[in-house]
Amino acid sequence: MDTADHAALEVEKPSRAPLAGRWKFILGGVLIAAAVVYLIVTSATANAQYFMTVDELVADTGSLAGRQLRVSGAVIGDSIQYDAQNISLVFTVAHIPGDNDEIEAQGGLANVLHLAVSDPTRNTITVHYEGVMPDLLRNEAQAIMTGKLGEDGVFYAEELLLKCPTKYEEAVPEQVQGSN
Amino acid sequence: MITYFGLGALVISFLVSLYGIGASFYGLRMKRAEWVESARRAMLLTFPLITVVSLVLVYLLVTGHYELSFVYSVTNDSMPLYLRVTALWGGQAGSLLFWSWLLAAFTSAVTLRKWDRDREFLPWVVIVSLVTLAFFLSLVLFFENPFNRFWATTTGEMEALFRPAGAVPIFPSNGQGLSPLLRHPGMIIHPPMLYLGFVSFVIPFAFAIAALVTGRTDDRWIRLTRRWTLVAWLFLSLGLVLGARWAYDVLGWGGYWGWDPVEIAAFMPWLSGTAFLHSVMIQEKKGLFKRWNMILIILTYSLVIFGTFLTRSGVLSSVHAFAQSAIGPLFLAFIGVTFVIALGLLLWRWNDLRGEGQMHSLLSRESLFLFNNLLFMGILAVCFWGVIFPLISELLTGQKVTVGPPFYERATGPQFAALLFLMGIAPLSAWGHSTFKTLGRALWKPAIVSVVVLAVVLALGVRSIPALVGFWLVAFTSAITLYEYGRAVWARARATGEGLLKAFWRLPGRNRRRYGGYVIHVGVVLMALGVIGIELFQTETQGTIKPGESLSLSGYTVTYVKLDEFDVEDGRNVARAIVNVERNGKQIGQLFPRRDYYYTERQQMTIPGVRSTMEDDLYVLLVDWQPISNQSATFKVYHNPLVNWLWLGALVFILGTFMAAWPDQDPEPARARAKSNRATAEQIT
Repeated sequence: MDTADHAALEVEKPSRAPLAGRWKFILGGVLIAAAVVYLIVTSATANAQYFMTVDELVADTGSLAGRQLRVSGAVIGDSIQYDAQNISLVFTVAHIPGDNDEIEAQGGLANVLHLAVSDPTRNTITVHYEGVMPDLLRNEAQAIMTGKLGEDGVFYAEELLLKCPTKYEEAVPEQVQGSN
Repeated sequence: MITYFGLGALVISFLVSLYGIGASFYGLRMKRAEWVESARRAMLLTFPLITVVSLVLVYLLVTGHYELSFVYSVTNDSMPLYLRVTALWGGQAGSLLFWSWLLAAFTSAVTLRKWDRDREFLPWVVIVSLVTLAFFLSLVLFFENPFNRFWATTTGEMEALFRPAGAVPIFPSNGQGLSPLLRHPGMIIHPPMLYLGFVSFVIPFAFAIAALVTGRTDDRWIRLTRRWTLVAWLFLSLGLVLGARWAYDVLGWGGYWGWDPVEIAAFMPWLSGTAFLHSVMIQEKKGLFKRWNMILIILTYSLVIFGTFLTRSGVLSSVHAFAQSAIGPLFLAFIGVTFVIALGLLLWRWNDLRGEGQMHSLLSRESLFLFNNLLFMGILAVCFWGVIFPLISELLTGQKVTVGPPFYERATGPQFAALLFLMGIAPLSAWGHSTFKTLGRALWKPAIVSVVVLAVVLALGVRSIPALVGFWLVAFTSAITLYEYGRAVWARARATGEGLLKAFWRLPGRNRRRYGGYVIHVGVVLMALGVIGIELFQTETQGTIKPGESLSLSGYTVTYVKLDEFDVEDGRNVARAIVNVERNGKQIGQLFPRRDYYYTERQQMTIPGVRSTMEDDLYVLLVDWQPISNQSATFKVYHNPLVNWLWLGALVFILGTFMAAWPDQDPEPARARAKSNRATAEQIT
């Protein structure tokens, strides 16, 4: 079957098809492309989440109300309150820079998280979350939350992601012995 | 000592790969075959060399040489042996080395094939493979070196390969170890499978470049890499499925795919790879889609490197986070350069890649494959856009905007549905001329079966439109696939006089690619069934109950019996609950959801108790309990209907791929063959 087909084809190479014959394929392709673009645009506008920092949330005067927001912050361990009976979680996060370059400039993510939590002048925001407390939630973890900012200044998270802890590779252990 | 031995082998591997590139170019330039042969041997040599490096590193991991920063970061004394070995890919440096090792393995295997008929391809395949390998080795050697050690200097502590002046080595007594979330069998197999998938796509790409450069733009390069592509695709698919299974087992949210940027990073090459896998058949059979195939394989290669970059550079925030590192820009540069060169070669040969025929009919097989390509590209575009969007929006508006799962689901859902539909009708389509009538004639019987199934589903009370469409598509595609297989079996039985059962068994032997493909499609359809079940029909409940009390969900009753707390030797505390499960009043078993707490890492892990049947999963999580009084505990329960069809479908899928990759049987005696050929030919048209 394969070889028979091939033999038949190698006999001639037809010239380019007239545009008339190809138009339906071009039209089909264009339609599919248009459909895809439509799907992307409508889904993106309907589901866009604005990436904000805690500072921006605290400073907001109401313009962010009702919008889907995504916030990243450093978890303050002492503030974690978990009501296991009702499966609801309250904790406070401190501001960390949103920009990766800034994070690098301040010595890496681990350092930034640590600074954020230990700095008493840092802006913080309270987070309410209805759901099972994630295993990774602890002091100095990075929480990435999606939800809305309430009028009371509390962030109501619908989705709570904790960054899988990187082994802070800058940390150098204590010395034990010095020998080769 | 052994560390420096490993480092030395690493340096030599890097130099050998550079040599191989140089020797290939020189041999090409001077038209001296012996230089090309030398380059081939160099490529072969990289494998044992990098194996040595890897073995050294594994040895250092297993014996706990914590003075190396990599070993320190991914192992500690409480980890069992198998986890210490797999910690090789638990951190950036080891991961990149492992990637290099796999690439060296595959490229060496390629060198061992008989090159007599395709001598002109050899130097270019060597060059492309070794350039990729050299890139990864350079990342390991210069940026993420696993042999870096800790040193104490007068000014503080630092990491370096060799002893800085006036410094003293540090020998930590224990390491940090991997996060407990990674201590799961999934860790042994998911990363290697994914890397295998990534790495093995380099081979077809190398041959494609060779074809472009040498002007051999016929389908020779495709035929040569046919099995490689299938194997690469198999590993990538397996890697993705295993990741999904691992997430389902461990992450405790009853889900398997989160549209996380890193998941998408691995998914994108799969999309273009699957399109490629299908599209090359059209080039082999009809000499069409030559340009498409080049585009698709170039895209796949770039997406493979891009995917490795996305998971390594910290550019995106994701639950799969890895430390940020300087290698990000290097990856981007490499992708940029290779993409531009490949694209340039493609444009240079653009006219030579003209198709050898025309497509006339929208419903012909070639045309349906074209739509297949377009749909896969469409889904790819959605994924790519979703991943790039935050970066672009920040650049353009200063405001970082991201999109979450709803975006992906909404934008790709209809396209996946269209693909399912295509999967059903494409095998029925004919080459060349085809109309609604001819297709309809082939379709109508299985179509009726699918409508009957739809009626049954409606009668069962299902009303949601996506679910109805989904179930109908599943029924439609599986009915057609089984019908096609059944018809072919019947035709064969008639032609050869074999019994039906024998014909059923022997049919694939003649054309394993086609029938393996059917099996794979059945696997996909089963997976779709699982996805529909869990995505559209999942229910959940939660509550705090005392021993003896229960929670109810979807006909199941979960009764809390008791809870035990105890320590285990590998450094964790386990709180294990026992719950009774009843269904519609009948006792069906017990489950043991638990919470582990790892002392050293101060990390807890929730492990669900799951009862699995083909019908559904009952998934119970221990969320909280009262330690002293043991009076009450809080549970969360998920009901996931049909989810195990996802895993069963994946198994069928894998088997189908093996079947498709297996070489066809030797042709039968001429007379019997002619008879069965005629019979099957009648069936196809």
